[in-house]
Amino acid sequence: MTGTMNPSEVGVSIRTVTISIDDVDVKVPEGGTVLDGCKAAGIDTPTLCYSENLTPVNVCRVCVVELEGSRTLIPSCSRPAEEGMVIHTDSGRVRHSRKMVLEFLGSGVDLSQADDMNSWSEHYGADPDRYGPAAEKINEEVKIQDDLYIRDYDKCVLCYKCVEACGDDAQHTFAISVSGRGFAARISTEFDIALPDSACVYCGNCVAVCPTNALQFKTEWDLREAANWKPEEQTVTTTVCSYCGVGCNLEMHVQDNTIVKVTSPNDHSVTNGNLCIKGRFGWQYVQPTITTR
Amino acid sequence: MADLKFTDAVASSGERAAVEAVLGDERALVFEHPRLVRGGTRRRHRLRHMLLPALHALQNEAGWISKGGLNYVCEELQVPPAEAYGVASFYEMFRVDAAPNHDGPVTHVCIDGPCRAGSTEAIATVKAAGGHVHESPCLGQCERPTAVFIQGRRGPDMVAADADPFIRPQQDGTGLRLLQRLGVVDPNSLDSYREHGGYVALTKAITMGPDAVLAELSDSGLSGRGGAAFPTGFKWSAVRDAEGDTKHVVANCDESEPGTFKDRTIMENDPFSLIEAMTIAAVTTGSENGWIYIRGEYPLATARIENAIDQARSAGLLGDDVAGSGMTFDIEVRRGAGAYICGEETALFNSIEGFRGEPRNKPPFPTTHGLFNQPTAINNPETLLNVLPIVLEGAQDYRCIGTEGSPGTRLFCLSGAVSTPGTYEMPFGTTLRELLTLAGGVTGELQAVLLGGAAGSFVTAASLDMPLTLEDTRAAGTTLGSGVVMVFDTATDLTDMCTRIAEFFKNESCGQCVPCRVGAVRQHEMMVDLRSKNGVGLAPDKRQLHADMNSAMADASICGLGHTAGSAVASALALGLIGESS
Ligand SMILES: Cc1cc2nc3c(=O)[nH]c(=O)nc-3n(C[C@H](O)[C@H](O)[C@H](O)COP(=O)(O)O)c2cc1C
Ligand code: SF4
Repeated sequence: MTGTMNPSEVGVSIRTVTISIDDVDVKVPEGGTVLDGCKAAGIDTPTLCYSENLTPVNVCRVCVVELEGSRTLIPSCSRPAEEGMVIHTDSGRVRHSRKMVLEFLGSGVDLSQADDMNSWSEHYGADPDRYGPAAEKINEEVKIQDDLYIRDYDKCVLCYKCVEACGDDAQHTFAISVSGRGFAARISTEFDIALPDSACVYCGNCVAVCPTNALQFKTEWDLREAANWKPEEQTVTTTVCSYCGVGCNLEMHVQDNTIVKVTSPNDHSVTNGNLCIKGRFGWQYVQPTITTR
Repeated sequence: MADLKFTDAVASSGERAAVEAVLGDERALVFEHPRLVRGGTRRRHRLRHMLLPALHALQNEAGWISKGGLNYVCEELQVPPAEAYGVASFYEMFRVDAAPNHDGPVTHVCIDGPCRAGSTEAIATVKAAGGHVHESPCLGQCERPTAVFIQGRRGPDMVAADADPFIRPQQDGTGLRLLQRLGVVDPNSLDSYREHGGYVALTKAITMGPDAVLAELSDSGLSGRGGAAFPTGFKWSAVRDAEGDTKHVVANCDESEPGTFKDRTIMENDPFSLIEAMTIAAVTTGSENGWIYIRGEYPLATARIENAIDQARSAGLLGDDVAGSGMTFDIEVRRGAGAYICGEETALFNSIEGFRGEPRNKPPFPTTHGLFNQPTAINNPETLLNVLPIVLEGAQDYRCIGTEGSPGTRLFCLSGAVSTPGTYEMPFGTTLRELLTLAGGVTGELQAVLLGGAAGSFVTAASLDMPLTLEDTRAAGTTLGSGVVMVFDTATDLTDMCTRIAEFFKNESCGQCVPCRVGAVRQHEMMVDLRSKNGVGLAPDKRQLHADMNSAMADASICGLGHTAGSAVASALALGLIGESS
């Protein structure tokens, strides 16, 4: 549990450590991270591979900050706060590395549906075009292997979130892993076999955590292909899943009176954002006559 | 854990037999009776470290990791197939794309450093003879280019040059500490090792006790020889003080830094010294488990080390009561499978544990959370060998050689344009000029020297009088790294060499973090472009771009690979060795 908690809310005394962030002293609960401190101090920090419901893998390096006395920058998402740390979140070094990370990703990955990242790229002045048109891209065919979700790895930033959600952070199905090495590393089933042949149970928890829309509902994909995806017109209705007695919250995203995708809130005490195939994809009975086309 | 799901592919009988030979009775699930199965999560975790050896067995048998073969291993070890595929596809020596169209071995030909010039011809020769070639990064035989390694098929791996097993001593014996037994001792005989002073240090260390050994070690000022120069006494004390269910001592014999071959020299010619030094590490830190991780391309070193372990065990120098000390310590050997990154200590732990060789974030450090998450002392073989003279002579005598900031001697791997390339032991503080003279002098006209390997940097004739110490090289903005001194004469095309270095990092990045995964590719693209323009006229905006990439890789990457991926190219640019306008 790395979320920031206000000791008074919990009603028990939690020991805190004090760290300095951008010249302000910030209290962080013991065991919390530098990122927790940044949040407490109201500092907006870009993150990509971090999610409050997953173990930090600190691979994207966009949340790096400067720690006085450290030779290199440190990832704020995973570094435990220690008494007396002096942190700078907006130094030249920090801005430069964040800009380069975003620029590197922009030069090789299709970020057209990664809105957060694009606004961060603008903020830090990333210029992916510096690398020229010949810069190597990921270059993968879109994988459409079933009617539930698609995988478009040209959009993959290799944040490992889907692997974690499929593995021991949520689902314990282990249908996907990172394969290969370096720039050729890909998220993959064994021997890249099709999803329906793999161990995948279609919980869609990987889709839920994907930050760039590389994984998306087939309904969304079809609507986008038809130039008919209108997020600004969509409504979200929260309800409780009717299949079993666990009590998962569902958020039904509705466009043109049709359910187009289903999520669950990350901070929901039952789901932590995770669902099963029924809650995630089994909504057709609500609208039996409506097609998604 | 959920039940595993497998495809229908089944292993051939040959694959099953090959895997069974490695696993023996070690199975995650034991079917005692149709209705009684023993196993479960714990057993599954305990056995996953057998994944890498099992993959080696599959590759050797079938020439690739087949779908059926992988299924079989995954069933026996209860590893999810997707994860095992992720592991198999991580390594250069494992093929996962398709069955080979031939039955024979694969010849790996080195295309790095001094081997580069002759590699095209060597590849053509193998192909003309009907052989199958794999272009390989540095094979750790830089003193005898062009290096070749033969990966066996249903048979052992081989290095042809190993047929001449005894190296000729390149220095006379005086003043040698680490290499004193080289070419003198019989590397296959414990008796011979004892005749040459072997196992006196262990006996003394046991008598002295851990505290006294740690005191000498920290007074000696010994620092790590694997590249990072971390104080060894500090590391061992931390492991001794750490709480753990068990503790580990690991010898990092991955030796894949281009230009490095000193550890191979030690393992092939004086293997018992490494075993003895590890045993001292074990009794000093209170560790029961020893691991030697040797790169897969070192068959002779592996055989000699395994033989040395067997002999030491038979003589009671390993096992339940090490040399009568009452302490337990034994060593297991693990072979790497072609991945430079697995020399990074935490990647090495993951590799042994049967996971992808991706470095872990630090902290926590190996001294408290190392192999299997237990306190671990991991050292380079050269570092470990220094412990023997420190225990025998004491810190004070040890410090008589070398400088205040860099006590002792250092192994230098001389290769390239010198008359007699090889491993040389010299006191810290020896100048580059003296070192080159020792190796018979530069053949041709000196253009540049690559210090510290691909992760190091270039220097020119202007640095010939630089004393080779940690402090002097650091002040000069360069590094000794793993002791690489790779010499280039004016006939070498350094733009091509730098392009290859960039390609090396691109290929060897584990791919985990963005600055290194993408930065290494962009750096390589830049170098390919420069090479296509004959290495001249790098535009100012491209120079700036390289500086920008280099600083982000150095500052924001997870591990040392990314931190140093731009340094050789940056130094070549700064020295005007490449990219100049005329
Ligand atoms: C990419 C990379 C490769 C490395 N390869 C090796 C190696 O082959 N052998 C080695 O001893 N250390 C290697 N290291 C350094 C190890 O991480 C570690 O610092 C060393 O084994 C510690 O031993 P020492 O203190 O005796 O030097 C490598 C580091 C990096 C970043
Ligand atoms: S720096 Fe490179 S090798 Fe190291 S963890 Fe990052 S991607 Fe992997």
